[in-house]
Amino acid sequence: MNGTQARHFRADKFDFWSFFFSGLTGLATLFIIGILVTILVNIIYNGWSSLSWHFVSTIPTDLFNMKTTGILPMIVGTTIRVFVMTIFVIPVGVITAIYLTEYAPNTSLITRVIRAAVNNLAGVPSIVFGLFGLGFFINFVGKNMDLLLHNPTSVWGRPALIWAALTLAVMTLPVVIVATEESLKAIPPGLREASLALGATKLETILKIVLPQALPGILTGGILAVSRAAGEVAPILLTGVCTYMVGLPHSPTDQFMDLGYHVFILSTQSNDIDATRPILYATVLVLLMLTFALNIVAILIRARVRKKLRALG
Amino acid sequence: MTPEPKSEQPRPHGWIGIHRGHKARPVEWLAEKFIFLVSLSAIAMVLLIFLFVAREAMPVFFGEANTALIQPTIPVAELDKHSPAELQRYLDLTPEQYKSVDHDTLLALMQGKLDEQNEVPENFRKDADARINTTEWKYLLQSHQWSGYDRPEYIWQPVGQIKKFNIIPLIVGTLKVTLIGLLFAVPLAVGAAIYVSQLARPRVREVVKPVIEMLSGIPSVVVGFFALLVLATVLQKIFGYQTRLNAFVAGIALGFAVIPVIFSIAEDALTSVPRAYTQAALALGASRWQTAWQIVLPAAIPGVFAATVLGFGRAIGETMIVLMVCSASVMSWSIFDSARSITTTIAAEMGEVVAGGPHYRILFLLGALLFAATFVSNMIGDFVIHRFKNKLEGKR
Repeated sequence: MNGTQARHFRADKFDFWSFFFSGLTGLATLFIIGILVTILVNIIYNGWSSLSWHFVSTIPTDLFNMKTTGILPMIVGTTIRVFVMTIFVIPVGVITAIYLTEYAPNTSLITRVIRAAVNNLAGVPSIVFGLFGLGFFINFVGKNMDLLLHNPTSVWGRPALIWAALTLAVMTLPVVIVATEESLKAIPPGLREASLALGATKLETILKIVLPQALPGILTGGILAVSRAAGEVAPILLTGVCTYMVGLPHSPTDQFMDLGYHVFILSTQSNDIDATRPILYATVLVLLMLTFALNIVAILIRARVRKKLRALG
Repeated sequence: MTPEPKSEQPRPHGWIGIHRGHKARPVEWLAEKFIFLVSLSAIAMVLLIFLFVAREAMPVFFGEANTALIQPTIPVAELDKHSPAELQRYLDLTPEQYKSVDHDTLLALMQGKLDEQNEVPENFRKDADARINTTEWKYLLQSHQWSGYDRPEYIWQPVGQIKKFNIIPLIVGTLKVTLIGLLFAVPLAVGAAIYVSQLARPRVREVVKPVIEMLSGIPSVVVGFFALLVLATVLQKIFGYQTRLNAFVAGIALGFAVIPVIFSIAEDALTSVPRAYTQAALALGASRWQTAWQIVLPAAIPGVFAATVLGFGRAIGETMIVLMVCSASVMSWSIFDSARSITTTIAAEMGEVVAGGPHYRILFLLGALLFAATFVSNMIGDFVIHRFKNKLEGKR
């Protein structure tokens, strides 16, 4: 092969169409980042000025008036429902992940069905979870509890905090399972083998060796689930949220107010959108800080887990 | 968040000595069984969701719900001439309720039914529409010549004396918004996936990938709020259409929510194409773009397809964005008209319906429909990805 031909086939030869289309994909990437930045900057810029301690710590008397409104009950409602949810979802999710990574035979039918179910659960529309909560938790479980307890009036068989939390727990189950599984897989098999070689049983190995190592991953799963659930409105729409109530929720059977739902109410039910705009922006900012801060923490922990995983494999 | 790629290493069934350990240690055995049972909860939940959403929709399936305003009446005196089953259906009672009422209550209920029929406003007596059961499949799916309209039309109008439950406008609305969203999101997300996985320098990739994934951390109610307050105005200025809130705005906003889903699956598929493909193409003198477009993308096309299908599943199930941006139900294919999607209808109307009534049942029917649609699209997406991964790893 002579020199001219070799130069002809050089890989870094300038090709206009390659340059053009590469630039196009780069622009697409920039555009997506632009969307994210625009949304964030718009909300932070507009929301920051109307955010105050008074606004965050007041129980509102009039939702649409800046002077008397506040979002304390919404923050409390969102926090409680998410907290109750984690109590249910984390044990179930972690145990399922332990089964899938530590016990399940990799190729058996049941394992494949469980995995398919987890994937499917992740794709069910959030409003269908709401319908499920209404049809199962409220109309079936709740109504039957009332019958069993001989309640004269319906206590459990109506929308309530506990049903909303349980509905969200079902919805976020796949999030916890996937994150935990990932972190369990990142633990070197050598650790387990060493523990077994020292005479520990399988259960002891899991409880004392595997789980402590997997803690960051479980934490990530929990945080991701919380951040996903905190921003979801559709499932709680039918299972427990209310537009306005006096005071804070006291018992699991109370209804509650919610940040995300409040955003929806403020932006669609207001008579004077210009007057409610500052309230709206401030509420959105608080909601975003809640979900986004959690998300970023989860992403950071996850990046560390993945780095460990890559170092192993 | 989307499920991460699983690096599956075949592990022999059980651990060393575990089978012997079972019999010696009952606690171990119990723990294993307990863990197994708990892990079945995911399957149980999928089944329960389907069962309970379908259960509430059952009466519509079997044509037991009746919305006809004027129904044939049975005079109270003729009570004994009819069979219990007939009376039970006539009075809208469940079998248990029917058994628990005594004869006098039954008479009172029948009188109540007669009074109810007598209270129907006079102008409906001559209206043929007042005599039909609008929850029959015929009226749910086909157009009908309603009185007062010039030609047969598809109408969803669940309020008023004669409730019209035609679900075609809702399906059209859902598809319209979803397709706009996908047309907007797929090129952007796939383009970005090609850039991030094939063309960008590693350091750029490390930054850009999590940033795009952060987009999925924005709650959909916030995207809806942004679309309502900012995007709608901006788009109206650019395109200059009449109605400020329409299917187009909703579709674009929906695209925002779908982009991270499509991006991360497509990026994952493109990255998992073996390095040897890229290296061979580059060694033959192809440019980076030519390699990405002619070698890597065709190899990863099943993954990109799966990303689109899963994005579709996500888009038809999205509730809050469409609910906030547009909600009037009109039968129209124009993208600058309003549209009402299935999810929106459920969310907006469920609060006002009578539990157990026909409207309530129809909303659950819509939910079951939605669940089936996303179930199928998820199955297709997962199946395609699974096949694709196996093929790349050389398995069958």
